Amino acid sequence: MIILPLPHILIFSLLLFAIGIYGALVRRNIIGILISIELMLNAANINLIAFSKYTSLAPETGQIFALFVIAIAATAAAVGLAIVLALYRVRKTVQADEVHLLKW
Amino acid sequence: MPILEIAAKYTTYAVMAVILVFALGVVTLRNLFHCALCLAAALIGTAVLYVVLQAEYLAAIQILLYVGAVVTLVIFAIMLTEHLAGKTVRQNNSQSLPAIAGLLGFVSLLTALILKTPWPVTPTALQAKVLVMGLGKALMGDYVFPFEVISIVLIAALIGTVVIAKKDQPEEKA
Repeated sequence: MIILPLPHILIFSLLLFAIGIYGALVRRNIIGILISIELMLNAANINLIAFSKYTSLAPETGQIFALFVIAIAATAAAVGLAIVLALYRVRKTVQADEVHLLKW
Repeated sequence: MPILEIAAKYTTYAVMAVILVFALGVVTLRNLFHCALCLAAALIGTAVLYVVLQAEYLAAIQILLYVGAVVTLVIFAIMLTEHLAGKTVRQNNSQSLPAIAGLLGFVSLLTALILKTPWPVTPTALQAKVLVMGLGKALMGDYVFPFEVISIVLIAALIGTVVIAKKDQPEEKA
């Protein structure tokens, strides 16, 4: 049984994605930016699952790609946080605008 | 049972609203630890939404991987770097207003597009039920190549993480 119209779910995930973009643009803390990127990946996942439920001819496809997105998100978080830790050890800061060694 | 269906519908809308509130908390709260907790709550709400969309396996994976692993990693990183990011440090740069303006345009444009597009919602797709067995067969059949690629990506990323994050040892004398 399906209870929601598809555009409502799409608009919801659009709002979630926009909130994630806002966080990634506005945050100074690198960990905050990473958290916002996780939100954006999550919004994309909701879209994949909604499409697989409502429109797909092979209904497994959307869910399998959502699985791949979750795995990629986990690797992104692990690598990103490792970079943050290495950066913190060298520069003693986690603010994105204080890391301006390569900024002209 | 129309009453049950109406109740389920509005409960789902309430879950969506709660997820959006927690997502706003993720991007606006000053204390990063609270942000991570809000992220965990938003991800659990998303898992509830997956159950509503009849993707129960994905809901389990979401809680196991996102809430269990990713949020734990984030909290670890916050704990290890928190000393300098105290209460007095500014958490936002000065780009809030341009970002909000741009995002309003983005959201209104995409909303208009979503409402205009004739989505091909077919009754056969609505009736289809995805079982875990079907997912497993698809992973081992049609999608075996991306499956193998992603396992290589995972192992490479994990080794790379260890290499990046480990302390630089001072050079041993030869």
